[in-house]
Amino acid sequence: MNARAFVFSLLLAGFAAPASAQEVAPDVLVKGISNEVLEIIRKDKDIQSGNTRKIVDLVETRVLPHFNFNRMTAYAVGVNWRRASSEQQKLLVDEFKTLLVRTYSTALSSYKNQVIDFKPLRAQTADTEVKVRSEIRQSGAQAVTIDYSMEKTVSGWKVFDVEVGGVSLVANYRETFTNEIRSVGIDGLIKTLASKNKQLEAKT
Amino acid sequence: MNMNAKGMRVSGCAIFALALALAVLSGCATTASNPRDPIEGFNRAMFGFNEAVDRAVLKPVAEGYRAVLPAPVRTGVTNFFGNIEDLWIAVNNVLQGKVVDGVQDLLRVAVNTVFGIFGVIDVASDMGMQKHNEDFGQTLGKWGVGNGAYVVMPFFGPSTVRDVGGRMVDMYVDPVVNEGNIPLRNTAVALRTIDLRANLLDASSVLEQAALDKYTFVRDAFLQRRRNLIYDGNPPPEPRAALDADEQPLSAAAPAEVAVAAAVPVVPPVQAVPDAAVAETPVAEATTPVIYTMFADGVALKTPNAVPEPSPTTAVRFADNVVLQAK
Repeated sequence: MNARAFVFSLLLAGFAAPASAQEVAPDVLVKGISNEVLEIIRKDKDIQSGNTRKIVDLVETRVLPHFNFNRMTAYAVGVNWRRASSEQQKLLVDEFKTLLVRTYSTALSSYKNQVIDFKPLRAQTADTEVKVRSEIRQSGAQAVTIDYSMEKTVSGWKVFDVEVGGVSLVANYRETFTNEIRSVGIDGLIKTLASKNKQLEAKT
Repeated sequence: MNMNAKGMRVSGCAIFALALALAVLSGCATTASNPRDPIEGFNRAMFGFNEAVDRAVLKPVAEGYRAVLPAPVRTGVTNFFGNIEDLWIAVNNVLQGKVVDGVQDLLRVAVNTVFGIFGVIDVASDMGMQKHNEDFGQTLGKWGVGNGAYVVMPFFGPSTVRDVGGRMVDMYVDPVVNEGNIPLRNTAVALRTIDLRANLLDASSVLEQAALDKYTFVRDAFLQRRRNLIYDGNPPPEPRAALDADEQPLSAAAPAEVAVAAAVPVVPPVQAVPDAAVAETPVAEATTPVIYTMFADGVALKTPNAVPEPSPTTAVRFADNVVLQAK
């Protein structure tokens, strides 16, 4: 990096800092994004009729930037994460991200105008990790809770785990990943994830 | 008629007993990679059976049901059975010491039965009385009864030893199962089952996509979910020991390393316990990382050859972690 670029990046950082000083509170952020995304789904006939490509795009542009996939993948892989080379870690993150985006998109496409309630955030201003709680009301059954575990980063609050009905998505992959690594190694797990993603891609 | 109802219950019990007996037997012959699932071999077989039944019968019927009946009608069916269920939920809430919740459940039944046309419309939810999720297995859990082993029951699916017991009590008092008019009872049980499956169609398609190994995914989700339900949505952090058990450190047993381990008669030096012993005693589990790390780093291969003959299980464990089968 030459000196001019360095100075320029410093300037950029200087401009970015004040913006993050008045950052969005985590619950406001999640609420805003989910309202925005659901509003788009409600209006988009293509998505309602099952256009997966379009909904994946929506998730990638609106939702993805607010997730910390590095941390999610590290948690899901567990102790083996430290044994993975940085190249392997990168591949794991990429494949896991693709799988989660795909899964999340499918879940979203079955959304039908249910009411989503956000509960008041129980957190101190100094907290760097919070849990944003919400629930989807449905008739004739207990509401489904969706909790977002979030951490404070320099670029705003990021989600690092989602719990649906008390089931942590990240924790739920841990056993599978551990088993997979035990039998076929880290590269084997990467291959398994990649072929799973290819298979899902082929279906659309 | 009552005899018949009893008969059905007895045969239901017989199935459970048979399943448990099978489970215990097969438990001897399967691996226990997860301490919470000691009868994984049996469970996987049952899971496969349930999946086959679902694919062949239940899922197609539920899809047909969803295609034929409009959403409001299906919601009415769900609400109707949910209203009957609320009675037992109220009892369980009281048994768990949550009297206020129990009273609310009873109010729900009263309101929904009177104003909701025998429970078909869930008026109470609109009035702010939220539905709860309770059963006798949760009550037992609240009373301090541990999960016990994970068990996949034929037809009923994922459960635990405690929840199998809980479910038997649930069924014993279930007004639908105990209905004296047999054709009516059978129709009601069938309708309730199909409606339940239809409500899960979206979830099961998400599951198909999300899971690498569906059996493990369903098991771990089920165990997490039950724990969450017992604590009514606010479980304490998982005890450290349980997490450690999930994180049995294992090196990436790359095929090359396995081949080497199998071919070269080398066993880790004295301070590392031979693997066969490790497999037998859970206490010694803590020493496994040493062995694996050594193999991973190639250190073990440099050790002097003045070491005992390796047991065949060593190599097998590296290959597949199926120590018990190799014995």
